Amino acid sequence: MDEQQYLLNCDLARMLKGGVIMDVTTPEQAKIAEDAGACAVMALERIPADIRAAGGVSRMSDPGMIKEIQQAVTIPVMAKCRIGHIAEARILEAIEIDYIDESEVLSPADDIYHVDKRQFKVPFVCGARDLGEALRRINEGAAMIRTKGEPGTGDIVQAVRHMRKMTQEIRRVANMADDELFEAAKQLQVPYELLKSVHENGKLPVVNFAAGGVATPADAALMMLLGAEGVFVGSGIFKSGDPAQRASAIVKAVTNYQDFKMLAELSSGLGEAMVGINPQEIKTIMEERGI
Amino acid sequence: MKAAVLAVQGDFAEHENVFRKLGCDTLQIRQKRDLEQSFDALILPGGESTVQGKLLRELDMFDTIRTRILDGLPVMATCAGTILLAKQLLDDPTIHLGTLDIAVRRNAYGRQLASFHISGSFGTSKDVSMSFIRAPQIEFCAPGIEVLSEHQGRITAVRQNNQLAMTFHPELGTDLRVAQYFLDVCVSGKTTC
Repeated sequence: MDEQQYLLNCDLARMLKGGVIMDVTTPEQAKIAEDAGACAVMALERIPADIRAAGGVSRMSDPGMIKEIQQAVTIPVMAKCRIGHIAEARILEAIEIDYIDESEVLSPADDIYHVDKRQFKVPFVCGARDLGEALRRINEGAAMIRTKGEPGTGDIVQAVRHMRKMTQEIRRVANMADDELFEAAKQLQVPYELLKSVHENGKLPVVNFAAGGVATPADAALMMLLGAEGVFVGSGIFKSGDPAQRASAIVKAVTNYQDFKMLAELSSGLGEAMVGINPQEIKTIMEERGI
Repeated sequence: MKAAVLAVQGDFAEHENVFRKLGCDTLQIRQKRDLEQSFDALILPGGESTVQGKLLRELDMFDTIRTRILDGLPVMATCAGTILLAKQLLDDPTIHLGTLDIAVRRNAYGRQLASFHISGSFGTSKDVSMSFIRAPQIEFCAPGIEVLSEHQGRITAVRQNNQLAMTFHPELGTDLRVAQYFLDVCVSGKTTC
């Protein structure tokens, strides 16, 4: 990928800022998400909560089904490939997906190497729990970062932990003396140049969204208050009682995350949220995949 | 000079940076009460027009913004913003603010893989950095509208009195000339239409 294409890919993520990216499994759900104000949809066969429930190996979705979703909406369509699965990524690129999520939600295909995303023209978003993971993914060519959280749980605690850790580390790096960056790069296992960029700008060089466990408008607002530039909602919408209304409320909550009176209204009468799972009840820890 | 930036969704922070660099104060418009503050110009950023259009309506800002633009409020729109201003969307029955006499086709170049960057002319400025990201095309503009930029036979920037609209993103680079043009021509009115 040339430098210009990479910048265009980073810039598409900039256009998504302040928005909500929603997991959808059918063209009908994609249309509901678009009408509710999603800035993009993530097309997948099973949402993370169902992946957890089903167990077994979870793979890239049927490209035919992804194409149907591409035809159903005008907003960008993303899809997931397994960590390190070069062929799945190439297939998604071949159907002109707008963004690939190299995702820990699916079963990893490679337990050591991620996809060399620099070899692709299509943009990638990757999950990260801390600054080191984020900069390693960016070094591999990711044009957007999201927290990992713990997908499919409806529990926000891990996404909060990851966003807190990321911003703490960014503040620490921003305040370092120039000559301390070399040692920090060694400790974080990241390239010096990327760390220097964080030091100079006080932020990641790409857009950073929150993901994993967002179930309510308040959860989405919390992640924005903690510094997220936008929010992914996976299982939280289509596992709830009234998906359209909840989706619309989460979109408005992300735009007006600092207006608590409005958040109170948005949180009223939404019906049942998805049933959550506590960390102690989880058998598969997805956040530990691909570090 | 205070520039208000529609901040419901999209790359509004990039636009704010541009206008701050040009010495303007900026203000984010996220809901109706933000419109009560005084400002001299409105910026409609890039993003998803479906989201922005929906939020303009549901957050009850649509009528106020539309009326103020028709009353002469200087407005600069990029990409999604241009879709919001257009009087007609081809292949789409939706019309948003509909204050600018152009017809626009959304995602006209294709998906993200078709996004591209060029150095092009804008008015009298040469080599302006232009990123087209899932960009729309202006397929028609009414007589009397000034065409400021074209690429491969397609109109990419226009001005109609107080309204400046383009299908690319001048806010993404370090080149401030498009925003400076907006301040000079649409806000200060150094030339007339």
